[in-house]
Parts: sequence; C-alpha cells; structure tokens
Amino acid sequence: MTISRKDIEKVAVLARIRVDEEQVSALETDLGNILDLVDQLAAADTANVEPMAHPLNAVQRLRADEVTETNQREAFQAIAPATENGLYLVPRVIE
Amino acid sequence: MHNKSVAELSRELESGKISSLELTQQFLDRIKSEDGQFNSFITVTEEQALADARSADEQRAAGKATPWTGVPFAHKDIFCTNGVRTTCGSKMLENFVPPYDATVTENFRRAGAVCVGKTNMDEFAMGSSNESSYFGAVTNPWGLNQDEKRVPGGSSGGSAAAVAARLVPAATATDTGGSIRQPAALCGITGLKPTYGRVSRYGMIAFASSLDQGGTMARTAEDNALMLNVMAGFDPKDSTSIDRDVPDYTATLNEPLKGLKIGLPREYFSDQLSPAMEQQVRNAVTEYEKLGATVKEVSLPNAKLAIAAYYVIAPAEASANLSRFDGARYGYRCEAPKDLMDMYTRTRAEGFGAEVKRRILVGTYALSAGYFDAYYLKAQKVRRLIQQDFINAFKEVDVLMSPTTPSPAFIQGEKTSDPVTMYLEDVFTIAINLAGVPAMSVPAGFVDGLPVGLQIIGDYFSEARLLNAAHQFQQVTDWHQREPQ
Repeated sequence: MTISRKDIEKVAVLARIRVDEEQVSALETDLGNILDLVDQLAAADTANVEPMAHPLNAVQRLRADEVTETNQREAFQAIAPATENGLYLVPRVIE
Repeated sequence: MHNKSVAELSRELESGKISSLELTQQFLDRIKSEDGQFNSFITVTEEQALADARSADEQRAAGKATPWTGVPFAHKDIFCTNGVRTTCGSKMLENFVPPYDATVTENFRRAGAVCVGKTNMDEFAMGSSNESSYFGAVTNPWGLNQDEKRVPGGSSGGSAAAVAARLVPAATATDTGGSIRQPAALCGITGLKPTYGRVSRYGMIAFASSLDQGGTMARTAEDNALMLNVMAGFDPKDSTSIDRDVPDYTATLNEPLKGLKIGLPREYFSDQLSPAMEQQVRNAVTEYEKLGATVKEVSLPNAKLAIAAYYVIAPAEASANLSRFDGARYGYRCEAPKDLMDMYTRTRAEGFGAEVKRRILVGTYALSAGYFDAYYLKAQKVRRLIQQDFINAFKEVDVLMSPTTPSPAFIQGEKTSDPVTMYLEDVFTIAINLAGVPAMSVPAGFVDGLPVGLQIIGDYFSEARLLNAAHQFQQVTDWHQREPQ
C-alpha cells in the first residue's frame, strides 16, 4: 500500500496539521511503511468476528442528570492563551 | 537510604530513624547531583516536596500514617498535578499547569506520599526509546561504562531510569503498548501494567483510550504491590473504570508457587529473540520450576497480527484524542494567527513533534471516508481474535511467561530513522494491551552487561497472582537488586 502526495495533503487538512512541501516526501515514505506494516491485517480471516471496542465488553456508564461540577471558569481561563471578559479569544471567524 | 525499597523506607519512617523531611531532602539532593547524566526528570518540585514532607511527618506524629506517608516517589509527567506543570513530554503542553489532580495523583496525595517531581517521557507516550520527548532524550543508567549511551526504553523511560538510578524508590507510569514493561526491562527494574480499567484514567493525558492503563514501577514486586494498593479502584470520573473490589496486593505475596501452571507462548520464543536473551528467560523459568511450578508450551496464533492491529487502533484513537489541542483554550498557540484555520494548523504543526504528527496522520487516514472498514473495523476484529487467544491460553495455564523485549537496551539514535523498526521493539508487549490483560516485567538476568526482563502475563484482574509470582522469584534471585555502575 502506498500513500500518495495528494492523500497526505488531504489527511493533513483533515487533521488540521500544516505540512510543508519539503516534509511531504519523508511522510510519503514513513506513512507508506506504516501502512505496509498494517496491511498484514488484510490476510486475517475475520468472517463472523465481532469488532472489539472494550476488553471487558463494558458499556458506557450513565450518571444521574444532576449538576455535580462547580463553575471553575476563572481557573480554566487562567491557563488559556487569550481571554477577555470571560470569553476565549480566537481569530475572527465571522466577518 | 537511596538503595532502600518503599517497604523498607516506610519501616524506617515508622521507627523514627529518619524523618520524611530528611529522606525527601536526600532524594532531592541525589536528583540534583545525578540527574544531569540521565535527564529523567522534566520538573523537580523541591519546594512542594519539602512542604509535603513536613506535613507527612506531622501526620505520622499524630498516628495517622499509611505505609506511604512521607515516602518520596515521582509521577510520570502524563498525570495531571494541580498547580504543577504537566507537559506530557510535549512542546504543546510546555507551560500547561493543570487546575486539577488526576485520580492517581489524588490517591497518592491522600496516602501521604511525597512527590518529588515529574518524569520525562516520549511525547504523548508515543515511543519506545524516550527519544521523542520535547525535553530531550533520557539515558539508561545501565551501559554508561560502555562506549555509547543506551536508551531507557519508552514511553515511561524517565520513570524507569529514575528508579534504576536510585533517584526515587518508585514512580508511576502508563502502558498503551508496552510503555511500562519495555522500559522496566531495559532499565532492570520491576513494572506492572494492570488490567484495563483497574486504575483510573481520569487526569491521565489520553493517547489511545481503549488501551491506556496507568501502572507501577519500582525495584521490587512488593513495592509494586504497595503502589497498586494506592492506585487501583473504581472511579466514577473514568467512564471505563471497572467497579470491582480491590484486594490488598501485599497480602498474597508470600503464597507458595507450588502447582502454578506456566505457559510459554511459542510465538514469543521465535527467531526475533537472540539466543542469549532466550537463555536468560529459560533460566528464569527453571527457577520457577524449582519453586514448584509446572511448565508447558502454549500458542497465541494471532499474536503475530498484534503490531498491525495496534498501529491502526492506537493512531486512530490518538488522532481523535489529540484533536483537543487546538490552541484555543490551553496549551501552545502559534504566533499571530491570521485566521482560525491558520491557528489550528500552525499550532499543531509547531506544537507536536514528528512522531506524534505521523501517528495523528496515520490515524486520520485510517478513520477517513472509504478507509474506515478496511482499517479500523478490521483491526478491531483482529483485536478480538487476539483476545480470544489469551482467553484460550488461560483455560490451560495460570500465567504466561516470555521475554519482555527481543533484545536489551539499544544505542541512542539507532532506531530513530525508521519508525517501523522502533515499533517492532514492542513485539512481545503489544498483544497484552489489545487483550486488556495485566502483565509485569521482572529483572531476570543480563546480556552484555545490560538487563533482561521476564514478562509475566495473567488473566483479567490477576494482578495479585502476578505480584505473588514476581515476589517469590525475587526471594530466590537478586537481579532486581543489581545497581548500575
């Protein structure tokens, strides 16, 4: 299995990671090698095998619909890159 | 004092021979004078540790001591510590100071243990050599007398090196594909990865959530048991935590091993294993026979698919987990983003290292439209086949034994150029995470002056039995007591 430059560029956009032109060749090799390793899976006979999501087949626990957490906005915003009036600041999204 | 185990230090404190303040100062001094050659710590919390030691001494004087009260130890820098920066080995979290404690952190705090700092690790726990850390590689305390420096293994390489170098008697660690057992083996110490769900993942920075499990590192099995006593248990804050009673893991350490049925998976004694390594592991198994155990060969026919399944599932889950690092709420943000997309893509390009980016990209690819069934779903099916192998094996035997790694600690830089070569380092450990069963690595000899680890694998929730088997082995061997020169 090889992965094309185009695939890498597309995946980089999906993953929100900027990949510079000069990095693409190295990624083609590295990701291609990883996918070669992973391609051994294709040979396994998995007919009638249920996919496994949790080793003990546990399901997501639900809690009671009650407020249990206190508001810690100040503590959380103290470690944010940029805030103003209790809001997180990011570059303008809507013109 | 620095050669003493947690159990011994606890007795020294109890007898009043030494105070926690004196003991903590001794370990802090040792870190200061020795860690320059290992780089096993990212952050040393001297002030906080001394304050905690003082209050531990007060607790003890007031008759309110646990076995951990006043005992120094370290946390892998993946466990959130309220008010103390938690980096996960990444530039992304270089200045991240969590406003809360992980449950594991809280458990040790409540027990009165004194955390002296946060240990180095592969970035976001992705690696088998501790060379992917943003804070620099860790050097294995073993092999320093040789020409070239060795890796400590990873991702919990800082914890393993710190324990091996006697900078702390114990350290927490995590294991997603071998990150406790492989560094424990390479550094000549004892480590335990518990059953998936046994130790809370709350506040433990996520890599691959269906595989990640917190665990223990110390020089003796007894100390691992003391650690697990503090760490194990149900936590409503972790949705995959298992609600099940926690035994006293020290209570059964002295059970005799007569009649213990040991299985040797033939797939783990393959030609990937050097004859010298195999000899050490076989010698260890012979010791178990002398202790009354019986040995038979068993098979894990799908184990050969474990690395392939893992390198779909782990990157896929990592790509989802690490999507939270977007520069908006905490962690690194790039300089002067021109728009939102630019902020996301540059923050992540600059904040993550090469291996983390490779895994996010592989995971994103495996989950993307058109590939999901062929990769993720297929890998999850293979995962069940692998689990079934273990279930079948444990119908025949009580524990499985194998080498932990195919070879001893390798030279720094030797495997960094090709990611796949590095991935193969975990060939004997990864299937255990996919199945979710517990496993240990126990010091079992040396090859070329470097430690060899014996892996002991158990059925779900058999941690007490694993610790018992490891402890009994340590009563008749002294590999775990050897000190790096």
